[in-house]
Parts: sequence; structure tokens; C-alpha cells
Amino acid sequence: MSIDRLSIAGHERISYSALPARAPLQWPNGARVALWIAPNIEHYEYLPEQIRVRNPWPRVPHPDILGYGLRDYGNRVGVWRLMELFDSLELPVTVSLSMSVLDMYPELAQAMLNRQWEFMSHGLYNTRYHWNMTEDEERSAIEVCQEIHVRHTGQRLKGWFSPAASNTLLTPDLVAESGMQYLCDLYHDDQPTPVHVRHGELTSLPYSMEINDSIAWRRGQEAEAFAQKMIDEFEVLYAEGAVHGRVMNVAVHPFIMGQPHRIGSLAKALEYIRSHEGVWCATGSQIVDCYRQQN
Amino acid sequence: MSANVSAPKSLPDDYLDYPLRRYGMDHERYEWSMLPQRKHVAWPNQARVALWVVPALEWFPLNMAGVPFKPPGAMQTAYPDFRHYTLRDYGNRVGIYRIMKALQRHGIPATVAVNAAVAVRYPTLIEQCNKLGWEIMANGLDMDHLHHGGLSAEEEKKWVDQTLSILRKASGQVVRGWLSPAKSESFNTPDILAQAGLDYVCDWVNDDMPYPMHAKGKNLVAMPHPIDIDDYTILVNNHHTENDFRDQLIDHFDVLYKESATEGGRIMPISLHPWVIGQPYRIKALEEALAHIMSHSGVWAATGSQILDAWQPQAT
Repeated sequence: MSIDRLSIAGHERISYSALPARAPLQWPNGARVALWIAPNIEHYEYLPEQIRVRNPWPRVPHPDILGYGLRDYGNRVGVWRLMELFDSLELPVTVSLSMSVLDMYPELAQAMLNRQWEFMSHGLYNTRYHWNMTEDEERSAIEVCQEIHVRHTGQRLKGWFSPAASNTLLTPDLVAESGMQYLCDLYHDDQPTPVHVRHGELTSLPYSMEINDSIAWRRGQEAEAFAQKMIDEFEVLYAEGAVHGRVMNVAVHPFIMGQPHRIGSLAKALEYIRSHEGVWCATGSQIVDCYRQQN
Repeated sequence: MSANVSAPKSLPDDYLDYPLRRYGMDHERYEWSMLPQRKHVAWPNQARVALWVVPALEWFPLNMAGVPFKPPGAMQTAYPDFRHYTLRDYGNRVGIYRIMKALQRHGIPATVAVNAAVAVRYPTLIEQCNKLGWEIMANGLDMDHLHHGGLSAEEEKKWVDQTLSILRKASGQVVRGWLSPAKSESFNTPDILAQAGLDYVCDWVNDDMPYPMHAKGKNLVAMPHPIDIDDYTILVNNHHTENDFRDQLIDHFDVLYKESATEGGRIMPISLHPWVIGQPYRIKALEEALAHIMSHSGVWAATGSQILDAWQPQAT
């Protein structure tokens, strides 16, 4: 291997940092774990006009009413079960949101606004990928999301998670230049970390591709197994958090965890975590703010 | 840097236009509607949950083409795949009779989704369903006739008409419901089904309750029929244990039952495949789940048509 391949490339976004060697990160009131819950409230286009890079609907020729219908279940039915659960546990919520949802389903938008849920942009639709976009195109795709957020909330977005985790090499730069504080596309740490960008400041907030019901669902795991995974994850982070504060994210999808045969398992795991002292339930931007004050 | 940055443009001019970003759905098949904002539904005799059991009688041809995709349960080995052909047919010869017995114990009727080929090949099985008072629902010609976007409307209409003609003749029933093989539809399917005189369709998995679909010519109602918690998905696809399947059915019921106390009547559909759940070592999972469900007061075990007829006058 050439030395070039071993050195830090120009576009490398994260500097190496061993977690145990860092100055301990402190959460408010001596909390050990900052818990943030992220329901992915999404819209998948019925007939994506142009199929790019990956076909979102595996059943061809279209329409794929099975794939579409299952995801539609989340917005018609499943999300309301999640809302009831999060309300009952008084959990702050950060939505990984297909921004089109605010325009398409205003009643759902209002229910989220009433609860003061934080909106993190998850792109416009979960069927419009950023892969291979040019800089100008990606900037436009991000700005469309900002425009919707400003129109519905009066404020600019603080967080970004690329739709379907699709990126270009410039995504972090453009997200930072759009005025956002945090990015959820990178999965290298249990704590927030700085992301190198050409202008401004951007923080990587740990989002989970492990404690994530869509990953478990694709593996065919049952809800009870997912709940156990949540508990096991929490116990390790909670023990470690006695020294270095940790972030725990739980990523769920209303069309998966909002099903009647699954919601009870999620409730049990969240109730278990919530029963501990020293768990700071926060939104994405609250965690990032707290981290930035110390760094 | 990479090519994607230096390229002047990678997308078509209209890619960043979004004409379907508007209020409600991005298609015309049904209206956007949130379950909690709908009028509460009342079932006969103040029942809380309508239990709807839907076994499927399927026939997978030995020489199936699997076009445009292989449906769940398709042949797998090189031809001739006697192994899977016979494992599927076990459901029609043995497994379905275990389901019948399990349902009879509690006086539960079923709506059975039938491939027309099953009625042609096994007429005595249809007679047996009739004797039990089961409703016959159409499930297409067979598991190798998938309705899909590449199918012409003329051809699809022929398939639907032929399916209904065979099933109506074999059963003597009106046949009001439809389940597409593998839950696959073309753009025209709901129109063709409505025009053929069907009242309800079970392909869409986006709701817990019935809702009206937009179809040309006639009312068509989408009935809830799950994919995520049927025996094939849980046991064959996801490799969960039989006890896990039982527990998930119980969890499903318990949530609906609890919701029905404050949210109006609910429907608990149970989608079954006799070649899956009808195996001797598996049937207990169904029996135990049914025992749990039927131990509750206010459970109305009904057919799809009975549920539809109770729901329809309340859907204003």
C-alpha cells in the first residue's frame, strides 16, 4: 500500500481520538447518558420520477404497493402509537423527518409542533438520494428542506441526516454552510465529535445504525429482541458513563415499531431506561449545545 | 476531488421540482387519513375487536415462471422442485384441516383466500369450506399469475373474470373479496376489481381499519390484512420460533383490545398459510393464540364481508 493511502486524505472529516484519553464529557446534573430518541417520520414517493443510483422499490415493474403501503402505515397509524408512548414517558423527541411530510400531512405536522418535537432534516423524501449530486444540486436539495422548515417553524434547521444515508463527499460542508450545527451521517463514536468542514463549525451527533429498528427489521429480528438490545446497549453506556458521559440514540420507524405486535416491547425497554437516575433525556440540539460548551 | 463534484450537472432539469409535494397522498388511490381523527367504529353487540382469520389456499405450479418476481413460497431448486411443490401442497391436503379444527373449537368462521386453481383441482376442499360457513375470497388464478405494472389491462381483466367465474361456480358464493397473489397490483387492479363487482381488496397494508379506495365505477374498500405478522413472514422469512409467533399474535391482540376501550372497534386480522402454520409442530402456536383471544369478552369472530357490512354504514 502506498503511503498516500495510509495518510489522512484531504476530504477526511474526522480526526482520530481515543475516547478513554479524552477529557471527560459532562452532562447536566451529572447524568451518565444523554438519551435522544429519533423516530424517522418519512415519505417514500409512490412513483419516484427518476430512478437514480438505487431503485427504492424492489418490486418491479412499479407500482410496489406492498413496500409503499407498509411505509404509509407509519403515518396513518403507527406514529400515533409512538406519540402516545413518548408523551406518557415525557420524552423529548428529535424527528428524523422527510421534510415533505410537513407539506403533505399538515395534521401530523401540527401534532409534532404541539409537542415541540425538534425536526432534523432527513432530506425531502426518502426516495431522493444525494449520491452523485453536484455541489450546486446538493446545495439546492438542502435549501429546499430549509425553506420548508422555516415556513413551518420560523427557524432554520439545526440538524441533518441525509435521506436514506445517501451522501456526497461535500455533504458535511454544505450542511455546515447552510447554517446547521449537527450531522447524523457518521457512526464512529459514542460522543459528539467535531467534523472538519471548509467553513464554519459542524458537530457529528451519534445516531444509531445498530439500535435502529429498520436494521433489526431487515435482519428479521423480533421486537422483543430489539428491546433487549436497547437494554443491553444502555447498561454498558450507563456503566461507562460514570466517567465519560455517553450518548445513546434510539432510532425507530413508525411503520415498524408502531405496529401493534411491537409497540409493547419498545415501551418496556424505554420504561426500563427511564427508571434510572442519571439519564438526561434531551433533543439532538440540546446535546450538541452541551457538548460545544465544553469543547 | 471526485467526479461528482467536477461534473457540471448530474440530474435532469426537473429533478428538483416536486409537483406531487402537496396536501395528502402523492397518488389518487385513497385519501390521506389519520386513524385517531376518524369516527369511532361500533361493532355488533358492543364487541370491541372483530377477529378476522384469513387462511390462504395456494397452488404453486411446479413449472412456475416467477414473473416478474418470485412470490413468497415459490419453487426454489432446479426443475423439478418436488420438494417445495409438495411442501406447499401439504397445506391443502393436511394443514388446512388442522386450521379448521382449531377454529371450530371456538366457533370462529374464516374468510379463505383461494387461488382459482385450487377450486379447479380440489373441489372437495371448497365444499368443506362451504360446510363450515367460511367465506370464499378470490386470491387470483394461482401463485404464478402475478398482477403487476407490466400487465395489460385487458389481460388482467381476463384473469380477474376467470378467477371469479371459477370461484363463484365452485362455491356458489357471491365472492366479494380479493387478495392479489403476493399482494402485487398493477396500476389498474383496483379499477378492474371494482368493475368485476368486488366489494373489498386486501392488498394494501397501510391501515388497521377499512377505508374507501378510489376505483372507477364502484365503491371498493381496502380491508386490513397484514404482511408483517403473518405466519410466513414470522416463521419462514424471519426464522422466529413458534412460541414467538404465538406471543406476537397475543401482543398484537392485547394492544388492539386495549385501544378499543377508548378508540372504538378494532379489527384483528390473522393471515395464515396452511403449508406454514398447519405443520404438526406449529399448529399449537395458533391454538394458543386463539385461546388467549377468545378468553376475552367482546371479541366478535367474523368474516370479511360481515365486518365490511358492519363498518360500511358507519363510514361517512
